[in-house]
Amino acid sequence: MRPLPVGEHGLLIELDSAEEVEALHAELLRRAADGTLPPVGEMVPAARTVFLDGLADPCGLAAALPTWDIPPLAAADRPTVTIPVRYDGPDLADVAALWDVTPDEVVRLHAGTAFHVAFCGFAPGFGYLTGLPRQLHVPRRTTPRTRVPVGAVALAGPYTGVYPRSSPGGWQLIGTTDTVLWDPVREPAALLAPGTRVRFVPQDRQGRQDPQVPHAPQEPVV
Amino acid sequence: MTDRTVSVVRAGALTTVQDLGRPGHAHLGVPRAGALDAPAHRLANRLVGNPETAATLETTLTGCALRVHTATTVAVTGAPCPVTVDGRPAPWGAPVHVPPGAVLEAGAVTHGLRAYLAFAGGIDAEPVLGSRATDLLSGLGPAPLADGTVLPLGRPQGPPAAVDTVPHPGPAAELVLPFLPGPRDTWFTDAGLRTLTAGRFRVSAASNRIGLRTEGPPLERARTGELPSEGMPLGALQVPPNGLPVLFLHDHPTTGGYPVVGVVPERHLAPAAQAAPGTPVRFVRMR
Repeated sequence: MRPLPVGEHGLLIELDSAEEVEALHAELLRRAADGTLPPVGEMVPAARTVFLDGLADPCGLAAALPTWDIPPLAAADRPTVTIPVRYDGPDLADVAALWDVTPDEVVRLHAGTAFHVAFCGFAPGFGYLTGLPRQLHVPRRTTPRTRVPVGAVALAGPYTGVYPRSSPGGWQLIGTTDTVLWDPVREPAALLAPGTRVRFVPQDRQGRQDPQVPHAPQEPVV
Repeated sequence: MTDRTVSVVRAGALTTVQDLGRPGHAHLGVPRAGALDAPAHRLANRLVGNPETAATLETTLTGCALRVHTATTVAVTGAPCPVTVDGRPAPWGAPVHVPPGAVLEAGAVTHGLRAYLAFAGGIDAEPVLGSRATDLLSGLGPAPLADGTVLPLGRPQGPPAAVDTVPHPGPAAELVLPFLPGPRDTWFTDAGLRTLTAGRFRVSAASNRIGLRTEGPPLERARTGELPSEGMPLGALQVPPNGLPVLFLHDHPTTGGYPVVGVVPERHLAPAAQAAPGTPVRFVRMR
């Protein structure tokens, strides 16, 4: 763990793995909830770091961090959401070729993966979901699309994600969901927050769960 | 019943609704947003008897004009500009009574960039996550003003401030940005860091509410390669591969993948909101 000062009131805590980031983030949230963490304005977990801003004494916290006992994160500690997906994305065949499998197998592998939100960014409600094994990581499109439709389910690098609104984007599009990822009048506005577990459930074009796909998770649909 | 609204006669180059923003949601990918020149926003509100949290209008360069459908008190602060009511000159930086049906105009700024228009009661747009601010990066909050847009006003809350004079910003001949190095200053060579403090930079015309871009000598990197996405503070000096620092302002993304060479404390950011393209920029190391 390496704490780096950021301006007058910030601390960027660098860690060695995504798992360590999640464990530290969970510990920070625990300490914030029980009142033993000094007041924090922002707490932003990312790929290899947790960024804290609005601290009165960042150096004091940096000095205390190495003394913390940080337990690894148990999966049961996380909330779960289930997102129904029509696997009809224009890049499904390309992803199948990159993975060297059939498109049906892409659906089975994607829907069979236990994802969780590593961090958020890019747009309100956009979560970077990790869980794909290394051999299934894919590059971004060489030419980004000027418009990716809302609800597009996509892959890039080690991540999968769902576009909360229409925007330009270079991720590989494999499907579509009607689930609303971001609704500012809903509480919470973002369906996906760091740490949330996510399962994708294949649907056919009529919105029924696809019976062809084995191992589809059975959790209630959020 | 009084029609407590204003309608936009001339929206100007870019006029947005702003307040103190929506901090605390960066972990969900939500930028802070809010008035770039926060002291000017607060002053405008005080002048018309509003709490500092009330929403004002932030104009860019060319000002804006609005028809006021109810008798109200208005104040214009920030970048100095001619203020008129139905074409007749009115004071800048002071409470101005506007009769129903009159057109209030803030003209093109004489220097600086952004003016703030406060109305007694504030702009009563629909709050999103507790803020009425327009966030250009995320598209949260009210859309930028367009000709014909109608905006609701809130109920006046207090008497306008009794003032003789208000602080009047002098022309900013040079933008001086004090910064604390880090967290990724080790990604740059010593020569690169010297370039930052000794180089002649200027505000780029590509600047906006997301970031103040600079033109000047590129900073030399000590290491290449990609930086995994990490949280970015307000005031971050992020250096993309072209080597030219970008000062992150209120609509900045919550995470980014380019190294941050230093951070300008928030209390030094208001002058950046008023630095027009071409303004010389000097970066001064604080320690």
